[in-house]
Amino acid sequence: MSKVIDRPEVAKEQHPVAPLLRMDRIPHIWCPGCGIGTVVKCFATALQETEVDLNKLAIVSGIGCSGRAAGYMKLDGFHTTHGRAIPFATGLKLARPELKVVVFSGDGDLAGIGGNHLIHSARRNQDLMVILVNNFNYAMTGGQNAPTTPTPAKTSTMPYGNFEHPFNVPHLVASCGASYVARWTSLHVRRMTKSFKEALNRKGFRFIEVVTPCATLYARLNKLGLGLDLMRFYHQESEIRNGADTRDVAIGYQSKIICGKFVDEDRPSYLETMHEYYRKVLGDKYVPTPPEGGMLREQN
Amino acid sequence: MKFWRKPLDLDQVVIPHGDVIIIKDRCKGCGFCVEYCPKGVLQMSEEFNIKGYHPPIVVKSGECVNCNLCEMLCPEFAIYSVPAPEDETLGGAEESLSTVEATKEEKTWRRTLRAS
Repeated sequence: MSKVIDRPEVAKEQHPVAPLLRMDRIPHIWCPGCGIGTVVKCFATALQETEVDLNKLAIVSGIGCSGRAAGYMKLDGFHTTHGRAIPFATGLKLARPELKVVVFSGDGDLAGIGGNHLIHSARRNQDLMVILVNNFNYAMTGGQNAPTTPTPAKTSTMPYGNFEHPFNVPHLVASCGASYVARWTSLHVRRMTKSFKEALNRKGFRFIEVVTPCATLYARLNKLGLGLDLMRFYHQESEIRNGADTRDVAIGYQSKIICGKFVDEDRPSYLETMHEYYRKVLGDKYVPTPPEGGMLREQN
Repeated sequence: MKFWRKPLDLDQVVIPHGDVIIIKDRCKGCGFCVEYCPKGVLQMSEEFNIKGYHPPIVVKSGECVNCNLCEMLCPEFAIYSVPAPEDETLGGAEESLSTVEATKEEKTWRRTLRAS
């Protein structure tokens, strides 16, 4: 393994997170007024501020606008098929337990197409950090109805308004047993960064939902203005309630957005439970594969 | 700075100063930085950048407190702030960066865009 300099010096003429981005891919494809770039910036800042070894960190994303983040970040990453970011990340984590695996994807990808994987990953308390960028629709494919679209909002497949009951995603993962659940909007940059930093150093299923504006589709179809108008709306209507009961945090159409860290508890992760159980049942016969602590050897 | 009550340690407090650096041609004109700058340092400019958006310009250059909020909010990685050169005697001698050119790759991207 070649030695990679962990945190290169940032020149004054260079953007502070430029070493963590593939600058040959920038400018990115996200629309003006979109908030995904802010989330990527906050995640990159969180990586710079924590003592995470960047050689032992992988970012996995699915399909969608926010799925492009894995390509824009200069980390080991994989852009998986639609909805299958969590299965890929699960395999990665089980085969290489020494890696920190981050799933960065959208609401349609994680809660819609890959909804089953999200529930079961949270149920097993799989050792993953999941960042769900929620813009309330399938934005890349043209603004179709997503499982998070609030009830009377219009989308391109629901021109008279959505009548389906939306997911309350923090409640879903918390009830399945995730060990860290938080929600922020893309306006809460400092709190979001702090949340990312906290979650990077935790074990178990860590879930952070970030509500971002979608100016081109969701806001246009619902006549909510530009991205800036949605940011002003978040400024007025978001309320920070740490430790709130996740049953009360559902997002309605243009209603109050309750943000904060809802769940933060230590529960044994999937690998810990597995090793502990097999050790109890099989005793000395049990040989953990992959070896605990990982297969990657430190080079001296 | 105006205070509604004078802090007891006012003479010891050092207000940081910063320089805002704008990568003009990367901006998509969303206006987040202009809206949320706590000191009102920025304003949307009249001129266009290479993509046809109005990038922000610094209108109150001395007032930036290097809080980095514009940098955190910018979805385009197009604006950031650095601590201002502390030595006042340097003044204009050390040229302060106010705009930075986009990277080489971005320029080639632009050229292909223009050619097509």
